[in-house]
Amino acid sequence: MLELKQLGKRYASGDLALDGVDLSVPSGQVMALIGPSGAGKSTLIRCINRLVEPTSGTVRLDGQELSQLRGRQLRLARRNIGMIFQSYALVERLSVMENVLSGRLGYLGFWRSLLRRFQSGDVTRACELLDRVGLLDAIDKRADELSGGQKQRVGIARALMQQPKLLLVDEPTASLDPKTSRQIMRLLVELCREQNLAVIINIHDVSLARQYVDRMVGLSDGRVVFDGNPQGLNESTLTRIYGEEDWSDEAGNDDEAGAGSGQPDPIGTIARGAHP
Amino acid sequence: MPLLDTSTAPVWRRREPLKQYAVWAGWFAGVLLFSLCFKVISDNTIWEFLADAPEQGLSLLGRMVPPDWSIVGSLLLPLWDTLNIATVGTALGIVIAFPLAFLAARNTSPHPLLRGLALTVIVSSRSINALIWAMLLVTIVGPGVFAGMLAIGLRSIGFIGKLLYEAIEEIQVESVEAVAASGASKGQILSYAVWPQILPAFIGIGLYRWDINIRESTVLGLVGAGGIGLAMNAAINNLAWGQVATVFVLIFATVVISEWLSARIRAAIY
Amino acid sequence: MSTVSSRIDLARQGHWRPLPFISRQWLRWSLNLALLAYLLLVYFSVEVNWGRVAEGLERGLDFIGSFMRPDFTSRGSEIARGLVESLTMTFTSTVIGVALSIPVGLGAARNIAPLPVYLLCRSVIALSRTFQEIIIAIFFVAMVGFGPLAGVITLAFATIGFMAKLLAEDIEDARRDPMEAIRATGAGWWQWVNYSVQPQVMPRLIGLSLYRLDINFRESAVIGIVGAGGIGATLNTSINRYDYDTSAAILLLIIIIVLASEYFSGLVRRWVQ
Repeated sequence: MLELKQLGKRYASGDLALDGVDLSVPSGQVMALIGPSGAGKSTLIRCINRLVEPTSGTVRLDGQELSQLRGRQLRLARRNIGMIFQSYALVERLSVMENVLSGRLGYLGFWRSLLRRFQSGDVTRACELLDRVGLLDAIDKRADELSGGQKQRVGIARALMQQPKLLLVDEPTASLDPKTSRQIMRLLVELCREQNLAVIINIHDVSLARQYVDRMVGLSDGRVVFDGNPQGLNESTLTRIYGEEDWSDEAGNDDEAGAGSGQPDPIGTIARGAHP
Repeated sequence: MPLLDTSTAPVWRRREPLKQYAVWAGWFAGVLLFSLCFKVISDNTIWEFLADAPEQGLSLLGRMVPPDWSIVGSLLLPLWDTLNIATVGTALGIVIAFPLAFLAARNTSPHPLLRGLALTVIVSSRSINALIWAMLLVTIVGPGVFAGMLAIGLRSIGFIGKLLYEAIEEIQVESVEAVAASGASKGQILSYAVWPQILPAFIGIGLYRWDINIRESTVLGLVGAGGIGLAMNAAINNLAWGQVATVFVLIFATVVISEWLSARIRAAIY
Repeated sequence: MSTVSSRIDLARQGHWRPLPFISRQWLRWSLNLALLAYLLLVYFSVEVNWGRVAEGLERGLDFIGSFMRPDFTSRGSEIARGLVESLTMTFTSTVIGVALSIPVGLGAARNIAPLPVYLLCRSVIALSRTFQEIIIAIFFVAMVGFGPLAGVITLAFATIGFMAKLLAEDIEDARRDPMEAIRATGAGWWQWVNYSVQPQVMPRLIGLSLYRLDINFRESAVIGIVGAGGIGATLNTSINRYDYDTSAAILLLIIIIVLASEYFSGLVRRWVQ
């Protein structure tokens, strides 16, 4: 459904952030993008919806070539791609409801959006989404009155309001505590499976990612160095992605039922203790 | 704050030697400039007049106290005029400065040429006092409150425009990015992501300029642009210092009240 | 709360409008009414001679046109003398004003000044800030006669009010810990000010002084109207004679000087940082 061919980004300063990335994401797949800082993960997902302009290669969504679109065409294409941000990126002074409804701006004319005259179908759907993320009580609260986890849930509802085909998620849990991080990941994956969305999650917490996703892609220095399921992550592949390190905590962590390794395993313990 | 190694022991000085010399040179230049300027001023001053300055001042104050309260009634209408000059003038300034600020802000300006033009307008308006604008406008559109309103408006464009475009340049980028990423048009991005972020600054700046404008409007009458300045001018020309004192008291009260009001509303917004 | 749940119920059915800016209904209504009343009053009470305005438009265009052909030469010597006077007045008055505003500012800070000093300084500040510079200029011209000295005293007085108020607010807002720490070492009053108060307020003081320099220059171009020196008198004469080419020349010079001073103060600010 999403096809990246030889996607490249070279900055004016000469930095090569992405070096010929080939990726294919089918509908309904939840994919995690992992890698060290500066590997190009953020650049990659921003190249897909053109918040960053790729300098070479192509991006195809359902056959439509995105990298050359301009103006109105680009806006129409962006409606199909929802994005969730690390810093939540809500408009702080607006209410929760307005933030969620802003997901529909691409479908609305200027004057209607200015006067906040949203279609009743949209409002009903927004309520359903807010209910699903557990924030229907807060519809009139200002966004800056919410906690980090709540803001992220509003961000998720906003992205889903677009009824997108693809969801791009940029470090959704980086600013959240461990418990909230799990709640958010769980929510994200459940919603996406319900709606059969393709999702790319840029995430640095490998242990968290491997519990929830179907497929993991490791990026290093702008190139794909690993592409497989979470079981495929062992010490050698992690080293290939991140470099030399003592990976004994990470590798072999998804064996929740069995004995696992005999060494102390704090992350695994939390994972086993988490409630659904 | 460097530690210098001298032959005997490390010594702490506040600045490195070269920088210290530069600072002293700066002070020396400043004092020299000051003395020069003072000389220019004193060459133009008849120092003998200064001898009786305190006496003059006290006698002036004596003629002003007690104020002539009988004219308060006749001052109310001019005061109302002054209020209107300030309010309508500020409104005019806001209306014009608003689009100008969007053109001048780095992150919302559609074209560098337009940005340069907007910045030029803002700087020119800022450089010329309301009183000068009033002098000009009185000769163009005639004496009266209209000249005053235009003068205040023209001056306010620069003040409001500058603070407003600085506020626009400081908004959070992520919210704008997020709204753009969902497929919103430029207009929608401005009205949905930019405007709510600058709204408190917008109101604050407008109110701030309004209360400064009240102060400015009180003297526009000196050049014929309406308001209580006209009464003040007349009283001074007639050397009716008691009446001048009354005008002063009214001005004082008005400025204090308007400043208090403006501060209260701004505190409530934030 | 019932209102929240009723809004939620309505929203579920597809009806939702954002809450109004001002929540209390009576306040909103009375403000709207007051605004309407004010607009009506203004419309009916303000007298504008539209005929005169229409006549004046031609002269207005002439004025705008004169910016294309500014005349620096016919009154060149007067302009030069006036500008020099304005510039020297600006510098002198700002230096004196800032210097004097330090004691007044210190005296106007509630947390370091005794009550009678506080009241006195606050009154001085109030007087200086309430009246426009021209009113102060009239007073000082009456006291010391025509000429730039009156202008210097006027602008210095205005500077004191401006700077001292902000200085006092900064001192009152200053962090207590460094101040208490220095006190605890047994420092004398002046040392205490120099080491704990001054470092906290100095950077802003420098920035504000540069800002006031700019304001004083602009004011110095105006107070000449009442005889307090500077280029204001020349400007006033040229306007009254409809000699717009000269006026345009003077205004352009003022704009250029203000621009230059803004650039210069930007440099100084960065150097101080």
